[in-house]
Amino acid sequence: MAKPQVPGIVKGLGITLKTAVETMFPDGPLKPPAPSKGAATVQYPHEKEEPAPRARGVIALKEDNCTACMLCARECPDWCIYIEAHKTLAPPRREGGKPRSVNALDRFDIDFSLCMYCGICVEVCPFEALFWSPEFEYSEVKIQDLLHDKSRLDQWMHTVPDFEPLEAGSEVKVKKVPR
Amino acid sequence: MTPTLMFGLELAYWQETIIKVLLGLVALLLLTGGVVYLYLFKFVSFMQSRLGPMEAGPYGSLQLLAEVGKWLQKEDIATEKADRFVFRLAPAIVLASTFVLFAVIPAGPTAVVSDLGTGIYFVLAMSSLSVLGILMAGWASANKYALLGALRAAGQLIAYELPLVLAVVGVVIAAGSLNLQDIVAAQASGEIFGWDGIGNPFILTQIVGFTIFMIAVQAELTQSPFDMPIAESELVAGYQVEYSGIRFLIYFIAEFATAVAFAAIASTLFLGGWALPTAWGLGDGVMHVVGPIVISAKAVLLVGVVFWVRFTLPRFREDQLQTLAWKFLIPISLANIVATGVLKVVF
Repeated sequence: MAKPQVPGIVKGLGITLKTAVETMFPDGPLKPPAPSKGAATVQYPHEKEEPAPRARGVIALKEDNCTACMLCARECPDWCIYIEAHKTLAPPRREGGKPRSVNALDRFDIDFSLCMYCGICVEVCPFEALFWSPEFEYSEVKIQDLLHDKSRLDQWMHTVPDFEPLEAGSEVKVKKVPR
Repeated sequence: MTPTLMFGLELAYWQETIIKVLLGLVALLLLTGGVVYLYLFKFVSFMQSRLGPMEAGPYGSLQLLAEVGKWLQKEDIATEKADRFVFRLAPAIVLASTFVLFAVIPAGPTAVVSDLGTGIYFVLAMSSLSVLGILMAGWASANKYALLGALRAAGQLIAYELPLVLAVVGVVIAAGSLNLQDIVAAQASGEIFGWDGIGNPFILTQIVGFTIFMIAVQAELTQSPFDMPIAESELVAGYQVEYSGIRFLIYFIAEFATAVAFAAIASTLFLGGWALPTAWGLGDGVMHVVGPIVISAKAVLLVGVVFWVRFTLPRFREDQLQTLAWKFLIPISLANIVATGVLKVVF
């Protein structure tokens, strides 16, 4: 038979009361109450919290780096990436050389109403074209407006933070964010 | 309430009754609204290190009006197989059982809607009426979750009605009366070993009874940790699951109004009610004004305790809940009655 756990109950009541007092009187019990300062939360539309630099806010696209290899579209578990491209000729690298055959992007859309923010597309991209950005304010009134095209994805590129150098001794190459 | 005496007006019985009922309703709604804002919106938020509603009015003080407005706009839905008449009647019964409680709570020397000779008996009888409303709601909803929740509520309310009544018996023995005004007077004019500085509030002699009463009140209000009837993780919302709009709102008003009512009854029984100690020498004239303030303050404070416990403790399992009532609270309250009776005879 379960015994009533009186000390635990009193302890729990103490914790909640202590939190309430600390929230109401962050400067000490004799100062005037200032709950907006004591609360752990922020009042979002009025003041914004700085997201962590590696927060998974939105996926940004560096269009110039994309070769339309389709790896991201194929690895996407939700199939929310739409890519269309056509073959075109780019000017030769060297003087007198042959024009290069490249893929030019016609369409690169990510449907953020389907995206589950797993980050597999960012992981698999071999050409450093996809990046995580901590930007999060891109809600829309209509669900179809969440299908963002390549120009919109490109705008988020400047919000991508630089990668922090890894710890000493780490053999993983530090990725550079193309600017 | 007071106007008859204060202005020397002669009012007919029906006029007096209407004024009393209207003033009582206003006091009830004001107190309930205040308690909801103070505790449900703000105190709880502070306990969780957040601010609670901040947008509607200064510091979110008009949030309750916004919520009521929202609920009033919602569609009033009943399930296809619901027993419509019973389904619609149930919230009204729950609300009515709450409102009649306020009729006998004294808030001053004459400020009581109906000064019954058996006031506390009336309170205990009427508070159990809400079980009926809840059972009706559960049955008429034609929903398994609602029925389960209603049966749980019935089992719980019956189990905790006993310690509630038995805890009150101790006070009744000590005061020698079932009348709430007499109980208040007994505390105001009492003395502790010959010292009458604070009267003799029964919380001092009946601390066991007070503790049991508050635990039973917590369960009667189906507040956490006793919220098995509306346990959202298993029963969705229990007997409230099919209700929407204004009828759902009525359950909430009833819940918080009952919290205020029971807190006012607890402060009448154990904390001295509206009265200040007789030794302070305040006349009836002063108490007409101070009395309602005193009882409101005590009631609001006690509701605070209820909400503090509610938002701290997790839910009991059904068998633990019944064990606590039948194996701990009832034996202890019976022992309390015996001890009170013996001490009453000895002293």
